[in-house]
Amino acid sequence: MSATIGVVVFPGTNCEHDAVQAVESLGGNARLVFHAETSLGDLDGVILPGGFAHGDYLRPGAIARFSPVMDAVSNFAASGGPVVGICNGFQILCEAHLLPGALQKNRGLSFLCKPSTLVVSSTSSVLTSGAEVGQELSVPINHFSGSYTCDLTTLRDLEDQGRIVLRYKDNPNGSIADIAGIANESGNVVGLMPHPERAMSDLLGSADGAVLLKSLLDSASARV
Amino acid sequence: MRFLARVEVRLRPGIADPEGATIERALPAMGFDSVASVSAGRAFRVELDATDQAAAESMAASLADRLLANPVIEESVIEVAPL
Repeated sequence: MSATIGVVVFPGTNCEHDAVQAVESLGGNARLVFHAETSLGDLDGVILPGGFAHGDYLRPGAIARFSPVMDAVSNFAASGGPVVGICNGFQILCEAHLLPGALQKNRGLSFLCKPSTLVVSSTSSVLTSGAEVGQELSVPINHFSGSYTCDLTTLRDLEDQGRIVLRYKDNPNGSIADIAGIANESGNVVGLMPHPERAMSDLLGSADGAVLLKSLLDSASARV
Repeated sequence: MRFLARVEVRLRPGIADPEGATIERALPAMGFDSVASVSAGRAFRVELDATDQAAAESMAASLADRLLANPVIEESVIEVAPL
């Protein structure tokens, strides 16, 4: 039986169907989960997709963190369940303190929507376990607040513990240490600004997102 | 008793402020040559009920820290006065 990934929909989320299609194209099952739900049921993995949850009011992710579903997501993460936040989902995970640090406005204040080249820095996460360290992936970015920042102690921990999972080859937004994606201490919660679900077909420019979402699906399948 | 809490949220020292820097660069173009620096933040006016000034200040500090500001990158300055 293949794993079922829950794709959380907040008011203002807009990448949920891309995420569902990406999971299904890899042979997995996907189900939309409304933000007001208080239980994840029997899901094997969770994606917090991109968009503008709650209008990005106050700060991206600041209000989404209080949506009822986030308690269930926190409990799922605490039990070792794989959780991946993409773009706005990454911002939500930081605001919810499931990942350290914060995402600031891009250096240069430009909204960035273009392909980016990522370098896999660690395979100790549910999103990168199937990739190879040093592997380069072409995955698009689409964000205004994607400049990752944290204090130097946190940065040292992230580096020492292999929790920086993806870095930009050419830093587009001013992120500290070229960070594009990080993981929690257990590696089961990952946030990244680039959109792997938009890099699932050569016809659309790149299929490099597949290795990332396939890793997530494999981690979820291990829980079935 | 009703109080008004004015909460100013600003970036912590050392945190990059591209918005403030952009405004700072724009001002000389308008003839404001003597502007030394600009930093960007946001302000909130929160009306709240509390038994006294100390309780109001405590509540304002708590809500600023837990929601209005992200302590990772921001700090807040709070003024509380009876309405």
